[in-house]
Amino acid sequence: MSARDDILAACRVSRPPGDHPLPELPRFPRPAEDVLSEFQRSLAVMGGQWLRLVEGDDLAAVIRARAPNGLIRSAVPELPAFPRVDAVTRPQDLENVDIAVVRARFGVAETGSVFLSDHELQVNTIAYLAQHLVVLLDPEAIVPGIADAYLRSDFSQARYVSLMTGPSATADIEGVLIRGAQGVRSLTVIFTP
Amino acid sequence: MSAKIHDPVDHAGAAAKFITDEAHLTFHDTRLWEMRQKRDGQMHGVPEWQELRDLASAIKEHTLSRLPEYLEQFEAQAIAHGVQVHWARDAAEHNAIVLRLLRENNAKTLVKSKSMLTEECEMAPFLERHGITLTETDLGERIQQLDNESPSHIVVPSVHKLRADVARVFAKTIGGDPNNTDATYLAEHCRVTTRPLMLDADAGMTGANFLVAETGAVVVCTNEGNADLSANLPKLHIVSAGIEKLIPRQADLGVFVRILSRSALGSPITQYTSHFRGPRDGAQMHIILVDNGRSKRLGQAEFWTSLKCIRCGACMNTCPVYRRSGGLSYGAVYSGPIGAIINPAYDPARYAALPFASTLNGSCTAVCPVKINIHEQLYAWRRIIAEGGLLPAQKALAMRVAGAVLASPTLYRLATAAARMAVRRLPRALLYNRLNGWGRDRELPTPPKESFAAWHARRKKAG
Amino acid sequence: MRVGLAIPCFIDSFFPEVGIATLELLERLGVDVVYPQGQTCCGQPMANNGCNSAASGTEAHFARLFAGFDAVVMPSASCVNHLRKHMDAVPQTAEVQHLRANIYELVEFLHDVLNAREFPWAEFPHKVGLHNSCTALRSLHAASISEIDETTPFSKPMDLLAGVRGIAFVEPTRPDECCGFGGTFSVNEDAVSGLMGLEKVQDHARAGAEYIVSADTSCLMHQQGCARRAGLPLRFIHIAQILNGARA
Repeated sequence: MSARDDILAACRVSRPPGDHPLPELPRFPRPAEDVLSEFQRSLAVMGGQWLRLVEGDDLAAVIRARAPNGLIRSAVPELPAFPRVDAVTRPQDLENVDIAVVRARFGVAETGSVFLSDHELQVNTIAYLAQHLVVLLDPEAIVPGIADAYLRSDFSQARYVSLMTGPSATADIEGVLIRGAQGVRSLTVIFTP
Repeated sequence: MSAKIHDPVDHAGAAAKFITDEAHLTFHDTRLWEMRQKRDGQMHGVPEWQELRDLASAIKEHTLSRLPEYLEQFEAQAIAHGVQVHWARDAAEHNAIVLRLLRENNAKTLVKSKSMLTEECEMAPFLERHGITLTETDLGERIQQLDNESPSHIVVPSVHKLRADVARVFAKTIGGDPNNTDATYLAEHCRVTTRPLMLDADAGMTGANFLVAETGAVVVCTNEGNADLSANLPKLHIVSAGIEKLIPRQADLGVFVRILSRSALGSPITQYTSHFRGPRDGAQMHIILVDNGRSKRLGQAEFWTSLKCIRCGACMNTCPVYRRSGGLSYGAVYSGPIGAIINPAYDPARYAALPFASTLNGSCTAVCPVKINIHEQLYAWRRIIAEGGLLPAQKALAMRVAGAVLASPTLYRLATAAARMAVRRLPRALLYNRLNGWGRDRELPTPPKESFAAWHARRKKAG
Repeated sequence: MRVGLAIPCFIDSFFPEVGIATLELLERLGVDVVYPQGQTCCGQPMANNGCNSAASGTEAHFARLFAGFDAVVMPSASCVNHLRKHMDAVPQTAEVQHLRANIYELVEFLHDVLNAREFPWAEFPHKVGLHNSCTALRSLHAASISEIDETTPFSKPMDLLAGVRGIAFVEPTRPDECCGFGGTFSVNEDAVSGLMGLEKVQDHARAGAEYIVSADTSCLMHQQGCARRAGLPLRFIHIAQILNGARA
């Protein structure tokens, strides 16, 4: 017998007795706080930053100001001034990027997470190899909880999805929290429809 | 190393040694207790916490009771999305599959993120013996790899080390200033030396926190970004996953993702919750589904629920013994309370001491997000170990004698009177000898003039 | 209701004052309480080490002595937990099943069965740190558990001690942390056990406790040993002694 058949057979033989029904998942009430302010608060807890454009702000200029001489790549159509993320031939070629700009499909208020799939990222590694990540997010596209996020079909329309929450981080050395482990050193959400 | 492999683990001895180093001991206890407290804080912020534990437990028990069906569903979904699925009965098969995949792709260098399963399979030394250069990309795992030590904790692998230890390990292996113990400097040093290895790697490997049967998704929850780089940079991505990682539905992630990091680190979620469902264009994705003793444990009435474990480490953080003995004292891949109930399933003789490395205080059970009755399983293992003749001979004898004495009121009266007499009369040097485990650390109680029974008899007589 | 009083072996041998206070307190509260002579132990030491067959004689003796009572009360959570949940080295006759279903830890019995709240004879003008044993807390659920977010926090021992005049409480930083006794753990893993005990008494001492009070003498015996070795001036007292009117 193949390993597959052996393992499946062994699991059948070992099947725990008794009835173990799969529970229905209840919808738990969410806090009364509006989702945008909850998202901002949650994101801050996880070390992320956010900003709102004010009247007259130019998105490209706001981003450029964060790295006047740095390499900025964009995976969003509204920033044609920056070189495209998918212009590279290998994911490794993104290693010198200072700032990457992507657009999240939606955010999650409970945790301050943003949904980014291979569609939005174009090249998955852009969200990790860049030194800093700027995520555009429509403030209307925020779901209340993680449980709500997982009711969406977006997850099964992609080969790769990451719910990203703030920048990469580690506390493996004496519990000292360090933002910028192997991935981006900062993650900034810019609310823009 | 092979000669030592079957030596029984001496937890008490290793723990006694760990305790002598006050700086490490204090940090270890404080840091893990802080994680426990952060976990408590997250719990208080989620009103439905206990309901989530109930749901998580029920979902896992359901899945385990229908594991073959869900494994087949997952496999079909994965294959449909272009993933190649492999099955490994044991560690040796798992390692052989990894090596074959690497060789077929002419891969010489492998970068991997944290995976307790690959530790369990002792994969790294195996691959290195076969000429593969393996780099751990999680900071804690990297530190442990460079120090040639096992992880001491399933979530924070190098939590038993102080920053000076890390500086020393780095200076010896990947360069750096041995006197600069600044954590930011050390983490940055690891980043700049590890990133090029990831960029150049021929293959990448990750573990899996969850496998979703409904969608074929492999879910990996990490903080450092190293897992996503390891998986997304090379053209070959291998996932190692235990067969117990299955959950039925995507919506179930709405339960598990909410409790995992809150229980583990006391943070609401990991920085990255990543879902891999298929290879990138021009790349390959492989999943190895590993049994390695799990199907056997599934059939053990008292222990199958240990397979619910989602490897959050909350039981370690809360365990007063673990905090004061360090993970390495368990002499096994899985340490702490969960390790003490998993390891004996692999080798009861070698790990006979572990179920006794507990006061049965039950804190582990109370924090467990999937409601594994850990302390009750510790108790159940003790019976199996004793009945299997695996207790130290001296203890087995002592228990037989105690059982005989305590079954007889006469012997009991004589023995306890003698004990009171001994404590009262014997010189201190004799009483507090090397063999008196109690007296090494604390004073004996002051013996009373008479026992309660004697008092009661006197009182009754007096009417 | 005819109540049997079971006195654990270590209380009988080394802490008779706890047994005396328990008996006197039950009598004061009007309980028809009987202490069967010839008691030894409940079997827990052997059973907790996995040696179930070695526990059978002891359990059988216990079952014989306590057959026929409406209820059995014992001032020890871990013994009660053993008898309730693990006393299976003897045949499970109707008598044994009755015993196992009707055995109470003292605080539980006072709080839940007698519903006792007032102890007018009791006065304890001291600063006290309460130690709930792990078994009392997490197995018998005598109080809210810090690992679990309980909607209505409660503490049975505190409910009882609230009826004592002059008593004041201090709160250690880790109230739910195990003190490290753990039966034979205290000897097999003496280094960790001793350290846990020392840290426990230091925590109480820093909080300003003069006394550590507990419903479990085994924890107290261990903590007292650790405190004495470290030269800490803490004193240790069983809850039955305070409720029975002990002043110091």
